[in-house]
Amino acid sequence: MSRPFDHIDGSGPQAPPEPGITQPKLGILGYARFFWRQLTSMRTAIVLLLFLAIAAIPGSMWPQRSSDPNGVIQFYANNPTLAPVLDRIQLFDVYTSVWFSAIYLLLFLSLIGCVLPRTLHHVRALRTKPPRTPIRLERLAVFQSTTLTKSELPAELNAATTIEAARAQLRASGYRVALFEDAKGLSVSAERGYLRETGNLVFHTALIGVLVAVGLGGGFGYTGQKVVVEGQSFVNIKGAYDSFTPGRFFTDAALQPYRLTLDEFDAVYEEQSLRAYGQPIDYTAHVTTWLPGGKGTKSTIKVNDPLAFGGNQIYLLGNGYAPKVTVRDGKGNIAFTASVPFLPQDANLTSTGVIRVPDALPEQLAFRGFFYPTAGQLSSGALTSIHPDLRNPVLTLFAYSGDLGLDSGIPQNVYALDPKGLTQIAGGDSGVAAIELQPGQTVDLPDGLGSVTFDTVSPDAAEGDWSHSVPRFASLDIHHDPAQGWVLLFVILGVLGLLSSLFIPRRRVWVKAVELPKGGLRLEYAGLARGEDPGLDGAVAAIAERHALSVKA
Amino acid sequence: MSETFASYALVAIYSAMAVYVLAFVFFTLDLAQRSAANQKPKGEAKVDVASRATIGVVAGQNATAERGAVGVLERDRIAPSDGRTGGRRMERVAFALTALAWILHVAGALFRGLADGHVPWSNMFEFSLVSSGIVVGVFLFLQFWQDLRFLGTYITGFALVVLGVGTVNFYVPVTPLPPALQSYWLVIHVFVATLGTAFFGVGAGLSIVQLLQTRREANRLAGLRFLGTMPGAEKLENLAYRVIVVGFVFWTFTLIAGSIWAERAWGRYWGWDTKEVWTFIIWVLFAGYIHARATRGWRGTRSAWLALIGFGAVAFNYTIVNLFFKGLHVYSGL
Ligand code: HEM
Repeated sequence: MSRPFDHIDGSGPQAPPEPGITQPKLGILGYARFFWRQLTSMRTAIVLLLFLAIAAIPGSMWPQRSSDPNGVIQFYANNPTLAPVLDRIQLFDVYTSVWFSAIYLLLFLSLIGCVLPRTLHHVRALRTKPPRTPIRLERLAVFQSTTLTKSELPAELNAATTIEAARAQLRASGYRVALFEDAKGLSVSAERGYLRETGNLVFHTALIGVLVAVGLGGGFGYTGQKVVVEGQSFVNIKGAYDSFTPGRFFTDAALQPYRLTLDEFDAVYEEQSLRAYGQPIDYTAHVTTWLPGGKGTKSTIKVNDPLAFGGNQIYLLGNGYAPKVTVRDGKGNIAFTASVPFLPQDANLTSTGVIRVPDALPEQLAFRGFFYPTAGQLSSGALTSIHPDLRNPVLTLFAYSGDLGLDSGIPQNVYALDPKGLTQIAGGDSGVAAIELQPGQTVDLPDGLGSVTFDTVSPDAAEGDWSHSVPRFASLDIHHDPAQGWVLLFVILGVLGLLSSLFIPRRRVWVKAVELPKGGLRLEYAGLARGEDPGLDGAVAAIAERHALSVKA
Repeated sequence: MSETFASYALVAIYSAMAVYVLAFVFFTLDLAQRSAANQKPKGEAKVDVASRATIGVVAGQNATAERGAVGVLERDRIAPSDGRTGGRRMERVAFALTALAWILHVAGALFRGLADGHVPWSNMFEFSLVSSGIVVGVFLFLQFWQDLRFLGTYITGFALVVLGVGTVNFYVPVTPLPPALQSYWLVIHVFVATLGTAFFGVGAGLSIVQLLQTRREANRLAGLRFLGTMPGAEKLENLAYRVIVVGFVFWTFTLIAGSIWAERAWGRYWGWDTKEVWTFIIWVLFAGYIHARATRGWRGTRSAWLALIGFGAVAFNYTIVNLFFKGLHVYSGL
């Protein structure tokens, strides 16, 4: 069995050849061979596995850019001196770091070096007969014998017929068999459990498959995020995404053109249990999807239930409110009307957002706002939301006028407002109270700069029924991973390989018939485990018992 | 209704804890008795092979020394060294008490599940409740395969600590499941993780006894005479391996079910989130253990230490990581 030389079953020498001791001169080739042998040894595999486990730990202690980019920014803010040092040694990118990659690449190199020769060897072993029976079976790990005296031995039985019976019996139980004859007698040599080694090889090869598929899938795929407000649509082109992360080998051709409309977003909150009152129970995004030229199809997206469409998986990651606001400028023209997604700040969906009105005349306008789906008052007098559903929606706005700086070309965060160059005209220190609106209400801005309306989107609702007055938005995560199916395939193969390699016993069994000088037969049974085989003892005993029965009958 | 069930659950849990305490005491008394009965430490436990019904067995007593041949002495009963058969009375009482406590424990988990209206493993308290229950359950059911009652002190002690700390320190009232947890993958994921943990836990217990036994066999451990009544180090190692390998398979399913759930919930099957990292670390550690068992120079004491490190990582994952590390899996409910 061509296992690594330091495998417990291995037939190699106890110790690897030491360079310079066993051979006076190794040469480059000798060193290469020595190095390769070390790399593909079991010991190296263990050490690399342990290194891999240790190297993975820091990724759980410090925020990672891949999974928690905001955490990294925060860490930088809190530890301005330490952060750059950690960053230098890639502790915020552990799983793509040089050192982590080095460990797993070495491990997989070792794995390939280990699996390839074993596969070749195993393929050969699958086609060769079981090995010759050892002369002295009694030396083997499991051995038992039984003697049939001349009188006990039926006339038609001799060494040849009993061994033939053993051969047939072993074959029928799935052993591969071969007959041998030596100085002591006739024997059958049998081996079973080749599937154990096959499984082991499939398992290790599947690990390589998973790694390659994950790598390629990441390379050819993409992920993107998009916030869609009720009633609005999203078109699957690169420019339509709020954020878009292509893989290394991504081309625009990977984007299938389609359109998706968020018809309605349903949120259900706990009403029964007082303790959990207002906790979310269920979110559903009702959407309609269109392929080019096709008819619309209605579907739903839920939190644990993504929509597979147009080569994408579309996930529901978050949701919130997008108050619809209309701004008239000082000249009475409508300068702005839109639903603006506000970012939720807490479990009751107190949300913040920014409205920019560059088209307002004579001066540009901007608003920083808070939205409370169910406004309640803190003891300090400040507002807060006390329920995530629309029971008492209130929008408060700080208003600014001046130059929004949009012409400078510097991209701006749509959820934050830099007050530089702006004059606050309502709220804060401006001397004018902050604007406070409920759906349907309008307030004039100071200094004749215009007016703001908090539009209701359910104008016909009964008095006091706010339930659909403010549109909701869904934040969607959109993924394309062409290799996902391959990953799953290799994972399944790996599991099957693992199971057969751990639980199928591989063993050799011998039955030998020795004709005694005074007549009669001694039947010898022996077994040898190849790898873990706790049941060997019982198996040999069972074989002996069945064989003895068939011989005596 | 829910409130009533939740209070039944607590009654059952506290009763279970009381009975576990008794079982623990009896298991400990049994250890003391083993020590007393084994005044003169013998080199090797007596092995009872008489029950074998096969002809002419030449059982290879030292066969295990031979390469590749392991676990030859499967299912052998270790005869008590004071010569009495039928097991020790203390141990039998302790085992029966453990079974009784476990039934109460399961009842507690069932009532909690009824109170919740969903499987009771969505916060730290419920998790301690169910995981300690599964550990004891695995210990009880493993008896059909092997007599592992000598681990009773360890298992009942472990269950008491987990259940006690979970109930006293982490108790939370019944709450509905947030949408992210409403997935049958969660049910599978957590259940196999707990099963894996239980097998790793029993394996760790066996490895601890193995390490002690190795020292005793090398005559470096004079005390702890009860070890003389337990299987030899080699046999313990084989038992540990076979238990841990089952745990490893469950852990592999944990990893897979977890990534399928992550794929459904967060849109990626693997993102190196804190809990994912630790599940991975544990898996890799036990892969290392399995390799160690097959490597010259790593079998025996070294692989036993690896098994303990692996289980240490499991314990770390359920305690420190759940409570103090941040990540997406913040479901401890605290
Ligand atoms: C990515 C790293 C690796 C992982 C996760 C891994 C995992 C495993 C697992 C779970 C087993 C037990 C199941 C089975 O037999 O199939 C195993 C067995 C084995 N592995 Fe690996 N392995 C890795 C790398 C390697 C390497 C590099 C080698 C070669 C040096 C190797 C050689 C073996 C051998 C010979 C066995 C059989 C052990 C026995 O006889 O019980 N593995 N491995």
